[in-house]
Amino acid sequence: MNDIAIRAEGLTKNFGPVSAVRDVDLAVYRGEIFGLVGPDGAGKTTIMRMLSGVLPPDAGRIFVDGVDAVADPEGARLRLSYMPQRFGLYEDLTVAENIFFYGEIFSVPRGERIARSGELLEAAGLLPFRRRMAGQLSGGMKQKLGLVCALIHTPRVLLLDEPTTGVDPVSRRDFWAILYNLRESGVTILLSTAYMDEAERCSRLALLHNGEVRRCDTPAGIKKAMPGALLAIISADPRRLREAVSGQPGVLGVLLMGDRLHVRVDDPARRIPELRLLLAGRGVTGAVIQAAEPGIEDVFVALLGEMA
Amino acid sequence: MNLRRTFAMAYKEALQIWRDPRSLAIALLMPLMQLVLLGYGVSLDIKHVPLCVFDQENSQQSRAVVDRFVSSDWFSISHTINRQSGIGYALDRGDCIAALVIPADFSRRLSTVGAAPVQAVFDATDVNTTNVALGYAQGAVAQANAQIAAQWAASQGVLPSLVGQVDLEPSTWFNETLESRNFIIPGVVAVILSLVGAELTSLTISREWERGTMEQLISTPVTPLEVMLGKLTPYFAIGFFDAGFCLVSAVYWFRVPFRGNIGTLLATTALFIVVVLGIGYLISARIRSQLGASQIALLVTMLPATLLSGFTFPLDQMPALVRAISLAVYARYYVTILRSVFLKGSGLYDLWAPLLGLSIYAVAVIWLAARALHKRLD
Ligand SMILES: Nc1ncnc2c1ncn2[C@@H]1O[C@H](COP(=O)(O)OP(=O)(O)OP(=O)(O)O)[C@@H](O)[C@H]1O
Ligand SMILES: [Mg+2]
Repeated sequence: MNDIAIRAEGLTKNFGPVSAVRDVDLAVYRGEIFGLVGPDGAGKTTIMRMLSGVLPPDAGRIFVDGVDAVADPEGARLRLSYMPQRFGLYEDLTVAENIFFYGEIFSVPRGERIARSGELLEAAGLLPFRRRMAGQLSGGMKQKLGLVCALIHTPRVLLLDEPTTGVDPVSRRDFWAILYNLRESGVTILLSTAYMDEAERCSRLALLHNGEVRRCDTPAGIKKAMPGALLAIISADPRRLREAVSGQPGVLGVLLMGDRLHVRVDDPARRIPELRLLLAGRGVTGAVIQAAEPGIEDVFVALLGEMA
Repeated sequence: MNLRRTFAMAYKEALQIWRDPRSLAIALLMPLMQLVLLGYGVSLDIKHVPLCVFDQENSQQSRAVVDRFVSSDWFSISHTINRQSGIGYALDRGDCIAALVIPADFSRRLSTVGAAPVQAVFDATDVNTTNVALGYAQGAVAQANAQIAAQWAASQGVLPSLVGQVDLEPSTWFNETLESRNFIIPGVVAVILSLVGAELTSLTISREWERGTMEQLISTPVTPLEVMLGKLTPYFAIGFFDAGFCLVSAVYWFRVPFRGNIGTLLATTALFIVVVLGIGYLISARIRSQLGASQIALLVTMLPATLLSGFTFPLDQMPALVRAISLAVYARYYVTILRSVFLKGSGLYDLWAPLLGLSIYAVAVIWLAARALHKRLD
């Protein structure tokens, strides 16, 4: 298929007895922002590494922009940029020197490099820090510099492993602004993330657990797949309510979300009155129980809880 | 191979070396320190060999002989004794390394027989020093002979030049190979370059693994050959600078005579640096921690270079097995080349054997190093 930018079939990787990735199939369409989501150790980094060609899979096939990345890794490398989870640039080089280096490694013409790095630094808010050592940047600035270096050669495919972890909200907004711009210009982006609001911004998501893809759909589609319905209980002391509500008949899951408690139930029409009675019986007053729109996090917790 | 990528690697590496105090110290301070330590430590202690003198005659002529021993820097009198048994005692206690015994009838035998024996006793615990001291003693006796012959000729009214002092000419009485410093300093240079070169490059790949920059680097189209060439270029410049420093010090500071051709010296030195850097790079590519790589580099370069290069211990006196092993020690070829170029003025043609050894090494090491980096994490 021509409009599939990244295709993985039967991707498998074991580290000794640990089976890190098991028979994973992925198809990412051109121009998508595709998210890999899953708990720690789910296999996100291992998949990213195999797709970027730095870790050969034990089994399976990978196509990057139509190129067979297992048979011709160098051909695939010309088309992609990979930003590892751990900061991969030279801390003892300045911002400008890092950009220069990666520009030269990808043989970007000089004029193009200067123009592109100017635009990207501007968008990332890094222009004033060009002469600063990369090691002296804040966490968020480092990640944005990583993105600038990854984009200096106009890749067809961009692989970002938890690019915004530890990045402040303002920098994250800059970061996403750049990603949206890239999508406009036809770049395919695959990223892993631990943030649910970021997952929500992806065109499609793959939910990973124990090295397997458990669900792959649009955020809306994934929300529809949540078993049961979601209720929100708003009260002054949601922590105490959690203990009261957990384990009640018909309650499938409970998740604390700031000042509210998300309660997943099998049948809201029947369970709302029951919960009201329960709270009244415990002497809780002023609590509001209402139907709620599930967020991605609710769905993941629900889905993972079911699988566990 | 893409030149732009190679240059980019070289430039990046040069910046990192420039900003890394540890690399700079290895590049600039280590050669100086080693030169002082090894250059002085090894060569200067064979001056002023402590000598005890048992002059049984104590005449003008016997004193002239003693004077010959101490007028150079070779010996210093530690003791003057007056009993034969004192010699054994002084040697046992380590008060002296050599003893000079002049018989009571020294001048009488000299005038009647025309020859007189003097006895020299050596403590041979340290064979090296003893050998050198023995050579010094022979030189001193030869000088004394020359003086006596000249006096005799003068007293007979014959011109000294007609007495036939062929073997008393300065060039023969002073055997140059016994000036141990001339022999040792070229070896010191080879040891320093082996060590510094391998230590520098042993860090270059392992540093990228440790700092986490390798994962991103190997996801780019850069090839292992480009990484090797790019990374070795700045180290080659440093190696050459260090070699220049050591060689200039050898000539102008340690006063080793230089009789060869600068071109030959530079060409062979360049070849040796390539080997040395390549070895360090190979180690670096195999061992992913900086500390481990640096220690392995120290082990595989320093030990063989000091023990088996002929730098201090002459190879032709070693057992056949050890000699066979020493063929694999690349430093020995450079030691041989340096000694020949310095002391004998050898040209490339004379040096074909060690040059062949070094060239085979260079080709093999670079061939392996160009393939040593695997662009994968496992
Ligand atoms: N080099 C390795 N050697 C041994 N085991 C490994 C290696 N890399 C990953 N693993 C194991 O494989 C599994 C998947 O790891 P991976 O790093 O891909 O997870 P992840 O989803 O990226 O986690 P995180 O959110 O913590 O980054 C884990 O159990 C991990 O311990
Ligand atoms: Mg990870």
